[in-house]
Amino acid sequence: MDRREILEELKKVLAPYTENKEMLAGVTEQTDLINDLKINSANLVDIIIDAEAKYNIEIDMDSSEKMVDVKSCIDVIAEKMNVQK
Amino acid sequence: MNRRVVITGLGVVAPNGVGVPDFLHSIRNGVSGIRFMPQYEELNFNCQVTGLPEFDWSHIKNYIPEVALNGLKAISIGYGIKAALDAWTDAGNTMDSDQPRWETGCIFGSSVGDTSVVKNVINRVDAKESKKLGSRVVEQIMNSGVTAYISGRLGLANRVTTNSAACATGTQAILMGYEQVKHGLAKRMLVGSTEHVDSYIFGTFDSMRVLARKFNHLPEQASRPMSASAGGFVPGSGAGALILEDLEFALQRNATIYAEIAGGSANSGGQRSGGTMTAPGPGGIVRCITQALESSRISPQSIDLICGHLTATIADILEVQNWGVALDRKGDDFPLINSLKSMIGHCLTAAGSIEAVAVVLQLIHQFVHPNLNLEDPHPEILKLIGTDKIPTTLVKKEINAIAKANFGFGDINTCLIFSKYNHNG
Repeated sequence: MDRREILEELKKVLAPYTENKEMLAGVTEQTDLINDLKINSANLVDIIIDAEAKYNIEIDMDSSEKMVDVKSCIDVIAEKMNVQK
Repeated sequence: MNRRVVITGLGVVAPNGVGVPDFLHSIRNGVSGIRFMPQYEELNFNCQVTGLPEFDWSHIKNYIPEVALNGLKAISIGYGIKAALDAWTDAGNTMDSDQPRWETGCIFGSSVGDTSVVKNVINRVDAKESKKLGSRVVEQIMNSGVTAYISGRLGLANRVTTNSAACATGTQAILMGYEQVKHGLAKRMLVGSTEHVDSYIFGTFDSMRVLARKFNHLPEQASRPMSASAGGFVPGSGAGALILEDLEFALQRNATIYAEIAGGSANSGGQRSGGTMTAPGPGGIVRCITQALESSRISPQSIDLICGHLTATIADILEVQNWGVALDRKGDDFPLINSLKSMIGHCLTAAGSIEAVAVVLQLIHQFVHPNLNLEDPHPEILKLIGTDKIPTTLVKKEINAIAKANFGFGDINTCLIFSKYNHNG
């Protein structure tokens, strides 16, 4: 799975947590989860749990704390999936 | 500060009607909401009937944001949101507000967090998977979850809390909201209570052998308050909500005024002199009703209707007796008396608020709803009051004042006096 494919799947993971469907459709690696997608910060933990199930990976606490924008989410997911950057 | 407090909005999720129009139709026509539960037969419950609202989540998908709805599993919170937001819009208010509404608070009663959500927590933690619980669990197992969802949606920013007083919870929430407005601390209070009796809660009552078990295949006949054949109560689920408002505040915004809360009282019998954990003591009940009347300046003789607690246990006789002592009225001088539980069962935490919605509807539309399943009024009750005081069909008559009470485990009592709104007081 390359970064573009991870991004497409990540959109599905994020969808239940944002009201901002237009922003989600046009999401880029620079999109911020809290400031742009207006995701409640408490829900970041749910996104991590959903991502673990979606990509069949485990995201440790230290890695999860880095996941604040789309780029860092993909970085962590890709790393956990052992995908070459 | 001694402000007049009026009711300007109603919302209800009841076993015999979701939404005020359906509920009104049902209570006028004596429609039962009690049904047989095949699942309860499989679980070997003694009682296999319950009052369950015909509720699905589509009822609230337009009420709260999709993001909040995703992951919401607690049914009692769903009932509460529906009843509370319906009451809010019924009072002529819009839901959206960018600013906190400092003048409006919320007291919404709840007895127990959602047990199916709790069950998931127990399973996850025991499987060493607590990391997978996520952020949405605490808000659904905390007792105040329902209040948090409601006040968050509407921006309610006066006093916001959840009360818990067993079967007196609903009436007590109304009383506390009333006091908040009466004392000038809030202009408006959204009050009510919610209950979802799932199989776990049901099982705990079933085990006490206090539920009706002889009408499992005649569910609509199972809830029989005041009858000789009453053999225990039928648990029910749902939520009721009212908007209480400072009279002047309501008049300023040209609100429709449904009724007035003339007074009320809450106490406990102290679990002494006949009162126990599970049985109300007569002294506390009589004192509670008497103090509610005194606070209202409505005379006992002016009470047209008693909407009782009357669950369909042996305590019904004692209750009628206590009303008689408190009002000093008996026989043909006794007011009319009815029990909504004959139609919907005993909705526990939600009983007081759903029954209060029925009280207000009877005041607005000037009728007394029928008592179901009263072919055989209990002879001990007929020694206290006239047969025609317990109507089995709809009665249309002038109703100016209604006394409403609920009694809960812990020997806790609450009585409210509702009156028709009259501008001159």
